[in-house]
Amino acid sequence: MITWLATLGRAGLASAARLGRANLLMLAMWGGLPAMLRRPRLLLDQMFSVGVLTVLIIAVSGVFVGMVLGLQGYYILSRFGAEATLGVMVAASLVRELGPVVTALLFAGRAGSALAAEIGLMKSTEQLSGLEMMAVNPQHRVLTPRLVAGILSMPLLAAMFTTLGVYGGWFVGVGLLGVDDGTYWAQMQSQIDWHEDVLNGVIKSVVFGVVCTWIAIFQGYDCVPTSEGVSRATTRTVVHSSLAVLGLDFVLTALMFN
Amino acid sequence: MSKTTQLEILVGAFMAAGFVALFFLAMQVSNLGTVNSGDAYRITARFDNIGGLKAKAPVTLAGVEVGRVLDIYFDSKDFRAVAVLGIYSQYNQIPDDTFAKILTAGLLGEQYVGLDPGGSESVLKEGSEIAVTQSALVLEEVIGQFIYGKAQEGAN
Repeated sequence: MITWLATLGRAGLASAARLGRANLLMLAMWGGLPAMLRRPRLLLDQMFSVGVLTVLIIAVSGVFVGMVLGLQGYYILSRFGAEATLGVMVAASLVRELGPVVTALLFAGRAGSALAAEIGLMKSTEQLSGLEMMAVNPQHRVLTPRLVAGILSMPLLAAMFTTLGVYGGWFVGVGLLGVDDGTYWAQMQSQIDWHEDVLNGVIKSVVFGVVCTWIAIFQGYDCVPTSEGVSRATTRTVVHSSLAVLGLDFVLTALMFN
Repeated sequence: MSKTTQLEILVGAFMAAGFVALFFLAMQVSNLGTVNSGDAYRITARFDNIGGLKAKAPVTLAGVEVGRVLDIYFDSKDFRAVAVLGIYSQYNQIPDDTFAKILTAGLLGEQYVGLDPGGSESVLKEGSEIAVTQSALVLEEVIGQFIYGKAQEGAN
């Protein structure tokens, strides 16, 4: 019984300490911002591996999610004779929820896991210690560009996802099922508000960008420097990011849309 | 082409595509491209019951959208609801004895304001008030009247 309590206490203290380390790491990374601005090259490299390489999966998923929404929405809406509002349904669900959330989940799987594995491997092969030996701050040099790249990429990726999704829904609704082209766009434009819907979606995706990249970088930086530790850090990155995104999404939605 | 330039071009294209997508969301998907609240004049209409009418609902004349409901509030003096209607300024020839009624698009659709033009010489201007209105049709009341009527028939 006592050993059980001790295990529980150790686990609690360990997670509290991990949370503290994560916050300290975040602070340290912000401190590296001026140094990074003097070397935009570092950011460019990371924008490529975090942003550009994620575009393909985002684009393909966006089109298919939009097409499925168009198909499902059409069958349900046509029961009430409301096919005209298909555009609103597709756009509203994409702009408000699916765009930011699905992009964040895919981002965690594609870019987050890669970040965690890369940083974890750097740690276990002592490249980070090597940088420190050369009087280069590894947190500023290695981590800050990755964090900024993640935060910049996420809203752009989410916007691409949403746009392609709207076109996917348009392709199925207008192209295959015969909803009127003009109605699709006109209903959408009259019901979707720039500030209320689009901007809030963008804010959501920025928040998810911060959270996903932060978790990935922290898990990589904090991993046990063995091959098993790196694999665990990668797994944890995806699991924790997904849970954080879904949980935060509920909170943000409650705050934004009442 | 060196590898560096290639990288720069790819990242640049990525950023550009992202911003194009954002611009598309703003102009094509949302109402930012179609908003024209600046060139509208405001008139008011008093209703006994506005039913489910909401701000931003369309105002139509002969089925064509000529404006939007800007605001709805309650007048505590005469216990009526006041709807502020923003009429687009290109429709400045609406007679001032126009009749306003709250209609429903389809059986379950959203409610909107329909205008029936009168025959007056003078026209509605900023701040005018529509004198003759018809309240929203509340389905429960209609059904209640119908059942009441049927019961009366049965009694006679």
